[in-house]
Amino acid sequence: MPPQKQFISFYTILRKGVVRTFRIWSQTLLPSVVTSVLYFAVFGSILGSRIGSLNGVPYILFVVPGLVMLSVITNAYTDVATTFFQSKFFSRNIDEILVSPTPPHVIIAGYVSRGIVRGVMVGLLVLVVSLFFALPSVAHPLIVLLFLVLSSLIFALAGLVNGIYATNFDGITIVPTFVLTPLVYLGGVFYSINSLPPFWQQVSLVNPVLYLINGFRYGFLGFSDVPIITCFTVLTGLILALLALNWYFIRTGLGLKQ
Amino acid sequence: MESALTITNLTKRYDTGTEALKGVSLTVPAGELFALLGPNGAGKTTIISIVTGLVTKSGGSASIFGFDIDAEPERARALIGLCGQEVNFDPFEKPLDILVNQAGYYGIPRSVAIPRAQRLLKDLGLDDKSGQIGFRLSGGMKRRLMIARALIHEPKFLILDEPTAGVDVELRRSMWDYLQGLTKEGVTILLTTHYLEEAEQLAKHVAIINKGEIVANGTMEEILALHDPSLSTGTSGYSGGKLEEVFVQLTKD
Repeated sequence: MPPQKQFISFYTILRKGVVRTFRIWSQTLLPSVVTSVLYFAVFGSILGSRIGSLNGVPYILFVVPGLVMLSVITNAYTDVATTFFQSKFFSRNIDEILVSPTPPHVIIAGYVSRGIVRGVMVGLLVLVVSLFFALPSVAHPLIVLLFLVLSSLIFALAGLVNGIYATNFDGITIVPTFVLTPLVYLGGVFYSINSLPPFWQQVSLVNPVLYLINGFRYGFLGFSDVPIITCFTVLTGLILALLALNWYFIRTGLGLKQ
Repeated sequence: MESALTITNLTKRYDTGTEALKGVSLTVPAGELFALLGPNGAGKTTIISIVTGLVTKSGGSASIFGFDIDAEPERARALIGLCGQEVNFDPFEKPLDILVNQAGYYGIPRSVAIPRAQRLLKDLGLDDKSGQIGFRLSGGMKRRLMIARALIHEPKFLILDEPTAGVDVELRRSMWDYLQGLTKEGVTILLTTHYLEEAEQLAKHVAIINKGEIVANGTMEEILALHDPSLSTGTSGYSGGKLEEVFVQLTKD
């Protein structure tokens, strides 16, 4: 398939996802905004005023990057995982793409871009909501943007792995509930890992979400529990591994074809 | 004569252990309507699914207009239009969007796809439904939309897996006319159907598959010549058309 045709195919997959996101905005965009209002109100304003400051900044400013990241991660992940799984398992309209000459890397790019668009869109909405509770300073705007896209990319890729490989609806719900949520909550959304005992600090270092949240927080506040270059290196490695896994699944048909 | 589809010694064993295809070899001549017949579970859909890339084969080879489905899958798939047995479009999309998106997967820009989709919807009597959500269409409309979707990229080789299942007689006949028009335009059609009079009416070549093996393959005349009148009456006393008689004789246990 020539590059120009590949782009049209990519754009078709992406466009379809974005249209869906806007068509059912009350299911795709609104829930995270409502949840973040509650988080900001409870953890930021009510509890935050009692906690005081963390690493020298007011608690609400400390949690803003983490809460934005929480929304970005869950939206990028669930968007790709559920839409791919539904089109594979329920309507079976994934066949529309599988019978076409669209190559695997275009399928991956299309689906992952849908997740990135939704993740970034929700992240920006939550960021706007946060302005009603605090005015976060942005120390490194490009780092903020980079980690916003990186986090969407990683979890859209992870969602695609889940969507391809899941064989029933439990397979789609188990991962977000029992893997994703603990990783996010233990990744330093509400606390600094420096406040943990040394053993748990070391355990936290195997959690990829830690690097996302800290990289993002560095963009806002100018400090991080983990060096920014470490964050970037770990996440790049993770992206390459997830890309390879997705490409292998789609090329071989594992989880897709009988 | 150029062949649209060449299958050599194709085998498929599913993970469940079911041996769906036991060394099937088949050639579909270009520009003709070829009927692949067989009872339920004979292996028809498995062949189609392998050829279109939806199922992985266990052994053998297949090529579309000379393009091997393993070595050049994208070039092979670009030539195929598939109308599957099950309705499998996004039920929340409108017919026009379903067609335009499908064209997009083949690299056709929207500026080309939209007028082409409108023409196809009109040809298949769906133009007044182009803005209606897919799941609200009737069964017959869904089948026609599936055919339109298979044709949106103007394939050289159209595969129709029981396209008229559950469709009323009048609509079925109009679909026959449409398919015959396509073959006149040079489109090769591989048709599977349980309506044997449909195959008898439309197909020049026929293959009959039973339990994963081809039991007859030839021109319609050659297949009908296999008819043995002495075996023609079933236990019910009912006697079908000639092709039906041959089919029953070749596929009975």
